[in-house]
Amino acid sequence: MPRYFTEEHEWIDVDGDVATVGITDFAQGQLGDIVFVEVPDTGAELSKGGDAAVVESVKAASDVYAPVDGTVTEGNGQLEEDPALVNSDPEGEGWFFRMTLADKSQLDGLMDATAYKAFCDAL
Amino acid sequence: MTDTEFTGDEAAIETATLPLDAWHRAKGGRMVEFAGYWMPIQYEGIMAEHLWTRENAGLFDVSHMGQLSLAGDHVAEALETLVPGDISALKPGRMRYSLLLDEDGGILDDLMITNEGDQYGIVVNGAVKWEDIGHLRENLPDDITLNHNEDYGLLALQGPKAVDALVRLVPEAADLVFMQAARATWQGHAIGLSRSGYTGEDGFEISLPNDALTAFADALCAMEEVKPIGLGARDSLRLEAGLPLYGHDLTPAIDPAEADLGFAISKRRRAEENFPGAARILGHLEDGPPRRRVGLLIDGKLPVREGAKLFDGEEEIGVVTSGGFAPSVGAPIAMGYVPRDHAVPGTAIAAEVRGKLVHCTVAAMPFVPHNYVRKTGG
Repeated sequence: MPRYFTEEHEWIDVDGDVATVGITDFAQGQLGDIVFVEVPDTGAELSKGGDAAVVESVKAASDVYAPVDGTVTEGNGQLEEDPALVNSDPEGEGWFFRMTLADKSQLDGLMDATAYKAFCDAL
Repeated sequence: MTDTEFTGDEAAIETATLPLDAWHRAKGGRMVEFAGYWMPIQYEGIMAEHLWTRENAGLFDVSHMGQLSLAGDHVAEALETLVPGDISALKPGRMRYSLLLDEDGGILDDLMITNEGDQYGIVVNGAVKWEDIGHLRENLPDDITLNHNEDYGLLALQGPKAVDALVRLVPEAADLVFMQAARATWQGHAIGLSRSGYTGEDGFEISLPNDALTAFADALCAMEEVKPIGLGARDSLRLEAGLPLYGHDLTPAIDPAEADLGFAISKRRRAEENFPGAARILGHLEDGPPRRRVGLLIDGKLPVREGAKLFDGEEEIGVVTSGGFAPSVGAPIAMGYVPRDHAVPGTAIAAEVRGKLVHCTVAAMPFVPHNYVRKTGG
């Protein structure tokens, strides 16, 4: 299952026509202690680069953007009870939402793991 | 992000570095711009640093703050034309929280005034220190000397174990109680010491020469009780302690009665009615101010932050001036301004966050009890 990354520090796992989206380990490290996550409602229409979710650390609220166009199929309900999952397992249990892919060609503009690592190293 | 060619004066002011800049970076501090300086927002994490300070001792670099001293004849009387505290009654070695007021009683800054015997020491907020210096110089008699002690840094050691750690370096620390100050020496350096701070915990502020800061900070952090703590935890600690932050909870549009800082208007000054904005402030103290600073306990987990509007039903009634997750409370809390008939603890109101209304309750402050040491020994 290929994993892609955005310059806004989201990751997206693609499985057929459905994708799982979260924020990267680099992102959670920058945000610090996460105390609240607002995931999108099932059925929400997302457009690439638009607001999709909000993550609140002790210090500040940050937007999470949709990496591609599509429709939300599921938000991670576990984050409501345990937002710190985003700190402890950002690229696993701490996923944010699942969505359909309206236009798979949008994935071509995203980075793979190697390119993302190089992107972070250069920051 | 786009590059912009700056031509205005503002861009000419570069972010300054503190004397401990390299020390913060070596300790893993994540540096952000604050009050014109690069300052550490956190080292290991705001939550851990906050809780460490409540249980042990946290070392804060507050060298961005302005350390001023006033010397000359009748300094206390002159200061009383600008602040509402009874400065004349302040004995040597004692300090007082006070407010720099404009002629309408609006708050220009909050500050600490210490009677150091031969002069008065004043510590002001970093973000407005240049304005404060201008205001003081413009309004104090010319024969009063105003010094800005830029060759001194300021450290705060806060928490229940702060005294245990500090007495190993400066034994005189044990002799002070809350809001007392003294001079001492450390390794030949003249230092200033006070039992004060802005976390709600017992603790000290230590003023020492810039060239002694690194060695002093290292000596403290070598002790098992002490860790360096960033600005993030400083903010969450003072919020839980119910202490207002200048530029957020206090501004020139707000007077001390509205800010619920009536304790800073001394009895004698109330009787004499001769401080800036006395008519407005005394009227507000007598009749109740139209709006008042209150604490807010937030239902649920969603943090309510500065700028959030407050509602009673459909009606917008006020605004949040500080807010966030409170690590020691384990829930979000906030401070804000509401009409006085909504300022009673227990009043149910709502805050708007991203278009949604979050229930909250007006609460007495502090949110976490203060642990000041008012008597030494037993």
